[in-house]
Amino acid sequence: MIVADRKPLEEILDSIKDYKKIMLMGCGGCVTICFSGGVKAVELLASQIKIARKKQGKPIEIIECTPERQCEFEFIDAFKKDLESAEAVLSIACGVGVQTMSERHEDTITIPGQNTKFMGYPVEHALWEERCAGCGNCVLEWTGGICPIARCAKKLLNGPCGGSSNGVCEVDKDTDCVWQLIYDRLKKLNKLENLMVVRQPKDWRTSTDAGQRRVKFEEAML
Amino acid sequence: MKSAGRLEKVLTAGQFAVTAELGPPQNANPEAIKKKSQHCLGNVDGANITDNQTAIVRMSSIAAGAIALSCGVEPIIQMVCRDRNRLAMQSDILGAAALGIQNLLCLSGDHQTFGNHPDAKNVYDVDSMQLIAMVKKMRDDKQFLCGDEIKEHEPKLFIGAVANPFADPFEFRVMRLAKKINAGADFIQTQCIFDMKKFAEWMKMVVAEGLHKKVYILAGLTPVRSHKALKYMKNNVAGMSIPDELIARMESAEDPKEEGVKICVEMIEQIKGMEGVSGIHLMPIGWESITPVILERAGLLPRPKV
Repeated sequence: MIVADRKPLEEILDSIKDYKKIMLMGCGGCVTICFSGGVKAVELLASQIKIARKKQGKPIEIIECTPERQCEFEFIDAFKKDLESAEAVLSIACGVGVQTMSERHEDTITIPGQNTKFMGYPVEHALWEERCAGCGNCVLEWTGGICPIARCAKKLLNGPCGGSSNGVCEVDKDTDCVWQLIYDRLKKLNKLENLMVVRQPKDWRTSTDAGQRRVKFEEAML
Repeated sequence: MKSAGRLEKVLTAGQFAVTAELGPPQNANPEAIKKKSQHCLGNVDGANITDNQTAIVRMSSIAAGAIALSCGVEPIIQMVCRDRNRLAMQSDILGAAALGIQNLLCLSGDHQTFGNHPDAKNVYDVDSMQLIAMVKKMRDDKQFLCGDEIKEHEPKLFIGAVANPFADPFEFRVMRLAKKINAGADFIQTQCIFDMKKFAEWMKMVVAEGLHKKVYILAGLTPVRSHKALKYMKNNVAGMSIPDELIARMESAEDPKEEGVKICVEMIEQIKGMEGVSGIHLMPIGWESITPVILERAGLLPRPKV
C-alpha cells in the first residue's frame, strides 16, 4: 500500500489562507488504512482547521468528502456538484489522488495536505515501513524476497557495505541492515551461492530515470 | 604488468609494500598537497588520495593526485560510488589515466548523511563491486561499460578494493573478498585494524580459501595520539572493532603520542609475520608527519628499488 503522512497543521493552514470555502477530500484506499486520509482523518482535520480559522477571526466553510478511491475519475466524479461552490480542494489522499483531481478539475486548484512517503506495510500496529521502491525490475527472486533497492541507503546490489554492524545500518540505528537480512535468509534457504554472483549494474530506465512510466494491459484494452 | 606503477612493481617483486593516506584540503590550495607529499616522498610505494572522505567536500582526488604526482609521489586515486554515475566515473577514469595516474581504489563511499551535505541526493548508480568490474573491463577488454570499444589508450590502472574484516556478517566478509577478486581487484586495503586477534582470524580464513594468492592484501593501520580518538571511533564509527585493553593502554600511557607510535610499530611486526599479508596501508588521520617516523622504526625504510 501507499503510505502517507499528514503535513503539519500550520503548513496546511498557510496553504489555504486565501480561501473562505474549500472542499476537504480524503480517500477510502491506502491512506484510510494508514489512518492519515480516511473519513475520520477528514473529520478531524476539518475541525482543526475550522477552530484555527475561527480563532484568527477568519472562519472557513468546509465541504467534507471521502471517495472510495481518489485516484480514479469514476469515484471523484460523484463529488463534481459539491465542488462547484468551493474555491479550492484540500486533498489528503496520496500524491496520485491530488493529481487525479488536478487533471479532472483544471479550473480548481487541488492542494496537497499529505506528504506521500512510500510503498510498504504495517510491521506492527500503527508502524509502517518501506518495502518497495517501484524500480520496475524486480530483484526479489535472488535476494530471498527482501529488497535492497528500497531498504539499503546505498541501493547496493552487491552488499553489504563496510558499515553493517550487529545487523544494523550505519545510517540509522533503528534500521536493520537489509544485506544482513538477505544474508541470513539466503543462508536459511541454503542459497548463499546467490550472493557470490557479481550482480551487474542495474538498468535504471525502468525506474524513475527515463521519465514517466506507463503500464498497458493489452488484454483488457477496449 | 597491468599498470606501469611502482606499487604493482613492488608487490609483484614480492616486496612488503607500504602505502599511506593523503587527504586533500577543504580548499583550492595546492601547497597543502605538496606539503603532505613531502611526508610520503621516498617513504611509500603509493599514497591514497581520498575522495570526499566521510562525505565532506574536499579538493578532487584526481586533481590532488596529479599534484602529488608532480611532487614525485605515486598516487592511488580513491573513487567512491556516492557522487558520480557511470558516465562521470568512466570519464574521470580516462582523465586520471591521462594525467599519469596508475592506481585506482574502488569504494562505496561513506553515506552522505555523515558529511557536511547530509541533504544531498546520492548516486550509487553502480556499487563498488560493479566499479571494480567496470575499470577491469575498460583496461582488459578495452570496452566501456556499455560495450563500446576503447579504440586506443585504454586506462592502464592497477585496481584496488577495500575489505572490512570487522563489519558484519563476519562469516560473509571472506566471501565478499572473493567476490571482489572475481570482479577484478588486483590489491586490497583493509579497514584500520585495532583488533589484531579478529584480523588474524579473518586472514586465516582468507588463506584457507587461497585468496591471498589471487590478490595482494595490505593491512590498514591507524596510529592514534590519544585514547579519546579510540573511544570516539569505538562509539561512533560503524564496522570498527577496538579492544578495551588498547584503550586502557593508551589512557595509562605517560606519553600517549609515543605510545601510539609504539603500538603501531608492534602491529606492523605482527603483520609482517602473518601469512598472506603483502604490505601495510597507513592511515594517520590528520597526523601525516608521523608516517616516516613509524616506517623508520618498523624497519621499512628505505624503500626497495624496483
